[in-house]
Amino acid sequence: MLWYIGRRLLQLLPVFFGATFLIYFLVFAMPGDPIAALYGDRPPAESVIEQVRAEYNLDKPFIVQYLLWIGGIFTGDFGTTYSGRAVIDVMVHAFPITARLALLALLFEAVIGVTAGLFAGLRKGKPFDTVSLVVSLIFISVPTFVIGFVVQYVFGVKLGWINPSVSSAATWLELIVPALVLASVSIAQVLRLTRASVAENAGADYVRTAKAKGLSRGRVVRVHVLRNSLIPVVTYLGTDLGTLMVGAVITEGIFNIKGVGGTVFDAVKRGEGPTVVAFVSVMVIIFMLANLLVDLLYAVLDPRIRYVK
Amino acid sequence: MINKRRGIAAVATFGIASLVLAGCSASSDEGGSESTGDATAVISTNGTEPQNPLIPTNTTEVGGGKIIDLVFAGLVSYDANGGIEMDNAESIEPNDDNTVWTVKLKDGLTFTNGDKVTADSYIKAWNYGALLSNAQSSSYFFDNIQGFSYDEDSELTGLEKTDDLTFTVSLTNAEADFPIRLGYSAYMPLPESAYDDIDAFGESPIGNGPYKLASEDAWSHDEGIKLVTNEDYDGPRTPVNGGVDITFYTSQDTAYSDTQSGNLDVLDQVPSSTFASYEDEFGDRSVNQAAAIFQSFTIPQYLEHFGNDEEGNLRRQAISLSVDRDSIIDAIFDGTRTAAKDFTSPVIDGWSDSLEGADVLSYDPAKAKELWDKADAISEYDDTFTIAYNADGDHEAWVTAATNSIADSLDITAEPQAYATFSELLDDEDNDKMTGAFRSGWQADYPSMVNFLQPLYQTGAGSNYGRYSSDEFDNLLKEGGQAASIEDATAKYEQAQEVLLKDLPVVPLWYSNVNGVWADTVSNVQYGWNSVPLYYAITKG
Repeated sequence: MLWYIGRRLLQLLPVFFGATFLIYFLVFAMPGDPIAALYGDRPPAESVIEQVRAEYNLDKPFIVQYLLWIGGIFTGDFGTTYSGRAVIDVMVHAFPITARLALLALLFEAVIGVTAGLFAGLRKGKPFDTVSLVVSLIFISVPTFVIGFVVQYVFGVKLGWINPSVSSAATWLELIVPALVLASVSIAQVLRLTRASVAENAGADYVRTAKAKGLSRGRVVRVHVLRNSLIPVVTYLGTDLGTLMVGAVITEGIFNIKGVGGTVFDAVKRGEGPTVVAFVSVMVIIFMLANLLVDLLYAVLDPRIRYVK
Repeated sequence: MINKRRGIAAVATFGIASLVLAGCSASSDEGGSESTGDATAVISTNGTEPQNPLIPTNTTEVGGGKIIDLVFAGLVSYDANGGIEMDNAESIEPNDDNTVWTVKLKDGLTFTNGDKVTADSYIKAWNYGALLSNAQSSSYFFDNIQGFSYDEDSELTGLEKTDDLTFTVSLTNAEADFPIRLGYSAYMPLPESAYDDIDAFGESPIGNGPYKLASEDAWSHDEGIKLVTNEDYDGPRTPVNGGVDITFYTSQDTAYSDTQSGNLDVLDQVPSSTFASYEDEFGDRSVNQAAAIFQSFTIPQYLEHFGNDEEGNLRRQAISLSVDRDSIIDAIFDGTRTAAKDFTSPVIDGWSDSLEGADVLSYDPAKAKELWDKADAISEYDDTFTIAYNADGDHEAWVTAATNSIADSLDITAEPQAYATFSELLDDEDNDKMTGAFRSGWQADYPSMVNFLQPLYQTGAGSNYGRYSSDEFDNLLKEGGQAASIEDATAKYEQAQEVLLKDLPVVPLWYSNVNGVWADTVSNVQYGWNSVPLYYAITKG
């Protein structure tokens, strides 16, 4: 088991270098001069542009730029944004906010999605099942930004229950509504996954056996049906964590949350290599760790799965 | 004020938000003097994260410019109509030919750290901004002061101190309306302590303006900045409120929702999605008036069939006559633009809607077709006429409408040409690689006619991407600079514009409007010439 984890962690290294190299290259290959674009229609003196370009190493060949950046990482220097801030400062600021948002969303997905899916699956064809299928279909087909704007308008502007925007502190409480919006599509997906899986397992032979043994209904559902049904759901939740962090661009924009999504989006538009690469690298690592966690959970859920070296 | 970043068009996204945050302003004179506002009456408004540390000479975009203008006071400041009022200056007097200006400062002015505002505060700050190796984005604003150089570090020898409160400015070229530019952020004074660590200063600037930062770390990056009234400010912009709380928004739509719900006091530009409805919704708490923003499309001189000759001239006239500006403004912008009558803006002193030749800006498809056919007689045109735009701004709709209008009127093929990003478009403009017309625009830095003309159309000027060159125009600009009075100068600039109306280096389209709204929590909201509300005059509660 430990061997397995160690090996998986080692795999992070090549992926890290590969991903940073590739992303750095993509940002570098973007057409247009990012420094000139900073000033728009009114360029400053040419000598000013040259000095700024040199300051950000943009006058050097690509491979030199990349090596300088990678070299900086080992001393804790993730580069500077075009506004002169250390990228690490920007990350320290943005990641906790997005992490709170993504974790809340993940929690809603797991709790609401799995619970509703379980009930729907156990009562297949009954009213609750039908209603949840229809509702989840609506959430899957309506784009997140529509849901976001409707929620903001109804609860923020018309009813005044929440502030239309999240304050700069972005507390857990304030993030509940945005997290629900962000999670809305995924809740529907989790619900449907759980439902299908539960419905299938509920009719399986071992469940009939368990019932025949005289186990209580609660125990049958908890230990036999649910546990076996969760594997596809856990897979989905694991990959979704990555999606939530990246896909939060829209939700963050609507509620004015200064998180990872918006920061990366702006940095891409500005062609700000160091910021984009630093953020995306961290996201790659989060994504891989989440996947590792999912793989380990498989073994917990299904004892037949074992990891050896 | 400044909008370097996206030109006009994408006049960005600003935000607002605000936690009503009273308390931290520590006003010492409880209920005392009436000159300053109630410390708890803090106005919340929208903004954007400044692109650079808050150093006046390195701030060239709206986000930072808005803050600099509140925190600093220059020699003059602008009133609601774009006129100038003396701020730090007691007087600014020219010599006979407008080449040497003598500036006298008011006595007793201080920065918020207690330092006195003296002639040196200005001379040093301007030298700092102009010095090549300081790489300040506004350095070119000093290029008319003697001693300035784009090629090497040099002192502005044209700035000479007479005594502590007096200095003279010697200009390379005469400038009749020199004082008008002095309210622009690049010309602000700096306290001595700024130069010790200019980066740290930029994070927490010490100014002499109507407001000051609420604390050392009042600027929370990406979130907002909190300003409180500067009790020691003495000038025409004395605040009647307790402070301004600027929140940076990612999306203008969110800022709008916040204003609707009363969570935000003043929003300086509503999102385009609400153009059709915001006036109904906010009624007399909204504004829709022309701003100092001019929009056009440029037909570069190097484009085949559009050179500076008879054929090119006929075609330019024909294109201009074939654009139905009023219909596009109604259909695409819900009336939030004002059809152009010249190359400047109605908020500028001396603006006229009846310049000679201005009828080329009206819609007349019959005449357009006639001129186009005449040009065809000289040389046949079988290309596709294109207007390029950057797809990361809000341009596709109007560009499409304009090309349709041209195609219908002239019976040619005309199409929009999309560039994915602004920087790509800029690259091609910069390298003379455009294969058709392209969108262009200008937002004035300071309310002067010449600011709309010289940078865009003078031979070799920095933003003259159409590569227009006309001796007649250049000479009129020069004569305007040497004119005996601002009125005489304006007359010359109007003549210069009449040259442009004949040559049409760009096809004027419309002026952007300022479309602001405010919540019922505040009153006396007025917008300045630069589309920024006059925050000092707003009352709350």
